[in-house]
Amino acid sequence: MMTPRSAAELSSRQHPFRKSFLVHALFTTDHRLIGLQYLALAMVAVIIGMVLSLLMRLHLTWPDRVIPLHGPILPEDYLALVTMHGTLMLFFVMTTAPQAGFGNLILPSQIGSRRMAFPMLNALSFWSTALALVVLLASTLVAGGSPISGWTAYPPLSAVAAAGPGQGAGMDLWIASIALFAIAATMSSINTLVTVVRLRCKGMTWSRLPLTVWGWFTAALLSILAFSVLLAAIVLLMCDRHAGTSFFVPTGDLVNGSLHAAGHRGNGSPLLWLHLFWFFGHPEVYIAILPGMGLTSMLLANFARRRVFGYRLMIATTLAIGLLGIMVWGHHMFVAGLNPFAGTAFSISTIAIAIPSAAKVLSWLATTWRSRPSYTTAYLFSLGFASLFLTGGLSGPILAQPILDQYLHNTFFVVAHFHLIMAMAGVFGLFAATYYWFPLVTNRLMSETLGRWHFWLTLLAAYGCFLPMHLTGLMGEPRHYAQLAELPGSAANRLLAPTLPLNMHITISAVILVASQVLFFANLAVSWRRGLIASANPWQATTLEWSPALRAHSHPTSDGDLAPVEAFRRPCHYWSHHNGWHFLPQWDSADTTEPKSE
Amino acid sequence: MTVCSHFALCVDPYRWHLPADASAHGPALDRHLLLNLWIALGLAILAHIVLIAGTVVRKRGPEPPNRHTGRIEYLPLIAFSLVFLWLAVRAERLWAGTRYTGASPEAMQVEVTGMQFVWTFRYPGGDATFGRTSPELVDAAAGNPLGIDPADPHGADDVVTSELVLPAGREVDLRLRAQDVIHGFAIPELRVKQNAVPGQTIHIHLTPTVPGTYAILCTQLCGLGHYRMNSNLRVLAPTDFAAWRNAREQVVSR
Repeated sequence: MMTPRSAAELSSRQHPFRKSFLVHALFTTDHRLIGLQYLALAMVAVIIGMVLSLLMRLHLTWPDRVIPLHGPILPEDYLALVTMHGTLMLFFVMTTAPQAGFGNLILPSQIGSRRMAFPMLNALSFWSTALALVVLLASTLVAGGSPISGWTAYPPLSAVAAAGPGQGAGMDLWIASIALFAIAATMSSINTLVTVVRLRCKGMTWSRLPLTVWGWFTAALLSILAFSVLLAAIVLLMCDRHAGTSFFVPTGDLVNGSLHAAGHRGNGSPLLWLHLFWFFGHPEVYIAILPGMGLTSMLLANFARRRVFGYRLMIATTLAIGLLGIMVWGHHMFVAGLNPFAGTAFSISTIAIAIPSAAKVLSWLATTWRSRPSYTTAYLFSLGFASLFLTGGLSGPILAQPILDQYLHNTFFVVAHFHLIMAMAGVFGLFAATYYWFPLVTNRLMSETLGRWHFWLTLLAAYGCFLPMHLTGLMGEPRHYAQLAELPGSAANRLLAPTLPLNMHITISAVILVASQVLFFANLAVSWRRGLIASANPWQATTLEWSPALRAHSHPTSDGDLAPVEAFRRPCHYWSHHNGWHFLPQWDSADTTEPKSE
Repeated sequence: MTVCSHFALCVDPYRWHLPADASAHGPALDRHLLLNLWIALGLAILAHIVLIAGTVVRKRGPEPPNRHTGRIEYLPLIAFSLVFLWLAVRAERLWAGTRYTGASPEAMQVEVTGMQFVWTFRYPGGDATFGRTSPELVDAAAGNPLGIDPADPHGADDVVTSELVLPAGREVDLRLRAQDVIHGFAIPELRVKQNAVPGQTIHIHLTPTVPGTYAILCTQLCGLGHYRMNSNLRVLAPTDFAAWRNAREQVVSR
């Protein structure tokens, strides 16, 4: 049987002429280029998602403003913005960029491999993801526009076309997009798992794997479980819409004057969707954050010139978070109609996940404690990750208590929680990764001056935007409200009026937050061509992606011609001696009886 | 509006701007919530002090040796776990108190039905029994938004309203239903929230304590009119409530 690898080589041999760069870039099976393609796709998605969130904030604060070329934002437009923002950010940014983007770009070389296990499958995963994005964006063009049921798409709202504008063709396209994405993510995860299991170089034992690789590996394990269940749920939802089934819609459901009975058999339950969706949805947020957690451990150690404190414990906590992550989905359903005993059970498993997460924070604190680090932009963003992760994380155990969720559920307190711990911390992980690995792709450094401005503005604006949301949530502000004033209920107006000044503050912070990202894109564009030339190992890193053997040949023809790669020790091996700093990279074959780092 | 909200921000920092609390179970919930918030704030500040001080302190300290994992990792972790175990036990006791058992038999019965984009409330009337409903009979224009079956004599005296009116100091058993999509029944000032799910009847019970008018919101995204699916809860003194109910029941029986 022909392996995908040999098939790829065969097809390239059948075209002896030199392919143009564009053709090469489009149909490449090279993992680095595919990684960059994923990152480019995530960048398109994040720019759109960011603009959509800005429109939401501006509408909440100035509801009567008219958007040029569009007109006023109607309630259904607002909900379409909510849906598209969530879907783009969760799937096409926070899943795609850390796991598939940096995973492809960096993971193989960190384990001493020059390729992913299945290059053709890799290209196929990327193109499926790209197609999924196109299909998702196309939903804005069909009659009714994009769906309005949020990224969680609870039925019957998502199952019945009559339930609202966007729930017809727009919803069908959303479903098709997510199905494609789930298939692509599953293929990509299989590739990651097989690569880590099979292609580690000589000497790269499991305990020598960088913590970033452990992050990618655990996220890939979760992806296979989570996305296969999501795919099943999506297929069932499509059947409810078009094949006359009733998995999620009960008999006698009356939506907008149309009775769900004729042509549909059975008596379904919307709660089934919630179970299936959140069985995917909660691991999904760990998929988004685990690579960033691994990277933070590695970068804090690298710039503090120290070992990662409690290396084995960090591996164990990564796996523990992954394991617990698949047992906590019910905490999204405390007030959804679950048996109250189940609420207690899910509450306990959720609070338990705070323990390995806290262990990680403690390791970061111990690693950085009195370390006199070098304050590179990559280091600052890693510190920012730690800060945002712990600030956002501390509201997690609060929301995990069902009695408190009975008040806080679906308020802005929840929005604040997940934007800090997942969205902002996750994005800070991506920024750290970009500033850190940029020289690996371009042989140039990004501007540190622009980088520092970018860091401080982003950090302050992120806190300025998301910290006050805790307060508006505690005041009672619900999510998904297209407007907060001039509501039909007199008491509702009175309840929400005190949130308006803080909401103004949040919107202004959001504008600054988005505007600050111009610095990042400018830095990327300028440094790509004119950045300072980087040395071979500019950060004095110890992991294999900086090893000369792997850097020299980014596009190998066959593995046999190249220098063998071997790992001789754990990463982050530094020590100080009277004549300065020393480090031993993983690839250095020097005698391993080096001065004790303890 | 702005003045009063700034006033609220100034006078109420110790309650983290929680709105007024008008239910019997609310004060205990608030105390537990505030305890949680203060602990989280304290831990966040403590961790940031360690993080910032650790990176800006002038002199480089020795690398924490691995044999100190116990002191640096496990000791704080055990302390952290014990704090959260304690909070979790407190929380589960409160949760059990409000949710593990149903309403007492003498609780007042009210049915709450969510539909795009209104809440409709039904009182069982003098016979203390709700009439049968059927989705085929729903006809809001004809004054039957819940589809009460005219063939069922229990339905004849049912009182249907667009605002929820409750007596202070009496437990109420709310049966939540949804006609079309999932809705979220929430009364922030009574510290209660529960989804209404099509195909299910979900019971919650609570006791309003302070007469007044409170907001009923929808807190589960239900369609384009989600934001305007709100209604008023009026909590009345028992005598006022009796007068209101008698008046409504007389209108129905006529």
